[in-house]
Amino acid sequence: MINAWEVGTMVAVVAGVVGFFVVLRGSAFPAHAIPNGAFAGAAGANLMGISPLLGLGAFSLLGAVAIGTLGRRTRSDVATALVLVLMLALGAAFLSQSTEYEPQIFSLLFGEILGVSTSQLTPVLIIGAVCILATFAMFRQLMLTCLVPDIAHSKGLRPAVVDLMFLVIVAGATTMTVPVVGALLIFTLMIGPPAAARCLTHRPGVAMALSVAISVSVVWAAIASSFQSNWPVGFFVGVFSAAWYGVARLAHTALRARRTTLATAISYTAAS
Amino acid sequence: MHVLFKPGFFSNVPVRHALVLGAIVALVSGVVGVMTVVRSQSFAGHALTDVATTGGAGAAYVGVSPLAGFLGGAVAGAGAMEFIGVQRARQRDIATGIVLGAATGLSALFLYLNATSSATTGVTQQVLFGSIFTVDSSTITVTALTGVIVLLVLAVVWRPLLLASLSAEMAAALGTRVRLVGAAFIVSMAVAVGLSSIAVGSILSTALLIGPAATALRLTRSLRAAIVTSCALGVVATWAGILCAYDSYDWDPSSHGLPVSSFIVGIVVLLYGISGLPGLRRRAHARNRDVLRTHDAHHAMPGSA
Amino acid sequence: MTTTPANSTRAPVLEFDDVSLAFGSRRILDHVSFEIRAGEFTGLIGSNGVGKTTLLKVILGTQRIQSGDIRINGTKRTARLRSVGYVPQKVSIDADVPIRSRDFVALGLDAHRFGLRRRTTEDRRRVDELLEAVDATSFADARLGDLSGGEQQRVLIAHALVSEPSLLLLDEPLANLDPRSVQEIVALLHNIAATRDVAVFLSAHEMNALLPVMDRIVYLTGGRAASGTTDEVVRSDVLSALYGHHVDVLQLHGRVLVVAEPGTTTDHLPSHETLKVD
Repeated sequence: MINAWEVGTMVAVVAGVVGFFVVLRGSAFPAHAIPNGAFAGAAGANLMGISPLLGLGAFSLLGAVAIGTLGRRTRSDVATALVLVLMLALGAAFLSQSTEYEPQIFSLLFGEILGVSTSQLTPVLIIGAVCILATFAMFRQLMLTCLVPDIAHSKGLRPAVVDLMFLVIVAGATTMTVPVVGALLIFTLMIGPPAAARCLTHRPGVAMALSVAISVSVVWAAIASSFQSNWPVGFFVGVFSAAWYGVARLAHTALRARRTTLATAISYTAAS
Repeated sequence: MHVLFKPGFFSNVPVRHALVLGAIVALVSGVVGVMTVVRSQSFAGHALTDVATTGGAGAAYVGVSPLAGFLGGAVAGAGAMEFIGVQRARQRDIATGIVLGAATGLSALFLYLNATSSATTGVTQQVLFGSIFTVDSSTITVTALTGVIVLLVLAVVWRPLLLASLSAEMAAALGTRVRLVGAAFIVSMAVAVGLSSIAVGSILSTALLIGPAATALRLTRSLRAAIVTSCALGVVATWAGILCAYDSYDWDPSSHGLPVSSFIVGIVVLLYGISGLPGLRRRAHARNRDVLRTHDAHHAMPGSA
Repeated sequence: MTTTPANSTRAPVLEFDDVSLAFGSRRILDHVSFEIRAGEFTGLIGSNGVGKTTLLKVILGTQRIQSGDIRINGTKRTARLRSVGYVPQKVSIDADVPIRSRDFVALGLDAHRFGLRRRTTEDRRRVDELLEAVDATSFADARLGDLSGGEQQRVLIAHALVSEPSLLLLDEPLANLDPRSVQEIVALLHNIAATRDVAVFLSAHEMNALLPVMDRIVYLTGGRAASGTTDEVVRSDVLSALYGHHVDVLQLHGRVLVVAEPGTTTDHLPSHETLKVD
């Protein structure tokens, strides 16, 4: 139980930081595809008798690189969809050859946060720290290439390269979190809390702090609820994230109604 | 003949059903997919399979028909996406992500409840990977009928929808209600996707929606040609995949064959890769049909002389 | 603020009568009145952000006004009308979409209708005729996404004209075009106005490229508009009154230069034609 709190908090912090850029850069689809497809790697590793973490890492990295490089040449949503189905199809093939079936899939997709062992803590901590450090190291590049691509270009930044590096960070976050919280939960955490934070403030620093805070609150509340009710953690994470987003959207609309004069004048100037 | 088609391929009832069902799904997905790719809504197209799955899991728990669950889930998901819906493409993906996240959470709950309450074993696997070999003939009828309805709705909104997808402003200037035709499309897509995910599984649903359409768009010079090509590629990939899967039982006697979805996805992705070859693309992107004709005529000359 | 043109022989296609619109405290249109006639080429001139796009949206009916009347062909505009063709500022069509020039023009005929009505020989003839009129026949079967900016602009114009509107609106069609394409498009639009009996109404933040062909000008700044022939409007006294402070209009090598006095704000002057004397 103590392990669940520790690992849940770490996952929430990483999801809050990385997710901030997932939302800002509109990378929701890759953020769904990489963790979801990576489970095929774990299935493959299982079949070959090596550590599932290795398989996960390899597949999420491969997926990120494939999406990043293919997305440059063709429509990025098409590239993401095709890489995802290819990874899933491989996963289905691996699973068909393996004897373990349902519990395996279930835990890879939905995680077993309440059953995290102490030995799993160290790798989660290390990979998580690397992801956060990498995100902060690239903070300016990540902001510039999506907000003002022209300026980024004039400063010699190549959006495609920054994009690829960001997807690798997402792959890192995936590797760290899938074994403990599952492929589906990490995606939910990388979208809901940051999207809610973005509705509440326009300042990047504040939004990121808020995103982490919301994400941590969602995970804590979900673990507590799950412990009480015995229902899966993933359910509470999904519902609490969506609820946060709904509340934030309502607050955003209320705030905007108050500032309508100013905002329309600004958006008007920007639009025409 | 027997090298390619193992004995019993055509007389096997599950195989015959699979061939028919696969073709229906490939045809409907082929048409819907072209518009999905043109509108850059691949993420929604994929997410709706997972949302449909949630509906299926919920239906299993409540005890209503899985088909109603899948369709209801997908349509409700599409409605939620459209309700949150923001105009800019980047924000549209966030709306999709929020709905997908919530649906995933519900999925986790339903699967847990199903696992604890009743003996619905294999529901996770069935829901995630489906199987084209396990359908009965009533599913085929329902799929065909619903597919026809989806195609009819698309035919009605096609032209306003197309212009709205290319330039919302020009469509609005012609009097089109851009938001309305967009909503009509995403609901049609939800029905198509919900249906294909119960019939052939969520992996194949996305693969057949996006792959053949994206391939066809690269190869053709008009949308009409793209739709025909997309449908043809989808059917070919599905049939070839079914054949491979059937044959794969004989490849290694110790194994129990490989999943049909893996083969079909492999073929779909391979076709997409081939369509990126420069020679094929040059033809589709030639600036003038006359130039192309004279070019062809020039090359045909020595042979005909 | 409005100078009425003297020689109004033909019935106006578009009339703005005392139209006002404000976003909060920001006045976009402040009692604006002007007229546009068939067969004439009218420029809507104003700097970026002055409200040109909004004014065009008002004509299209996608933006409501707060007071005043807008009449198209003499009748008050209530619903959106098919008698207006529109070319927006930005249309980005992916090269991966197989839409040929002729397909896009044909959508101008039937994209407002539900269903898949078969296009007739007459439809195809009209599409071909329009493609020829905008000199786009040579790339009629090319993908729209593969065309250059100037070529795409021609196809969009053909699309807007194929339903035979009496008014053609274009939002900054010359922005992002190279100088040669600018000249070609301007000549094309002038020719369309003259030969097809269409009123062409085009917005631009720079007027010099349009001076040789412009029959009339609507000069927009700070919510107020002056309209008339270029000789009537592009004058020191008229523009000074419009800006509310003194500006000089200089003619140099056939180009017009609007010059503001030292100390006055030049924010609302068209950018490339403004000289601030310090």
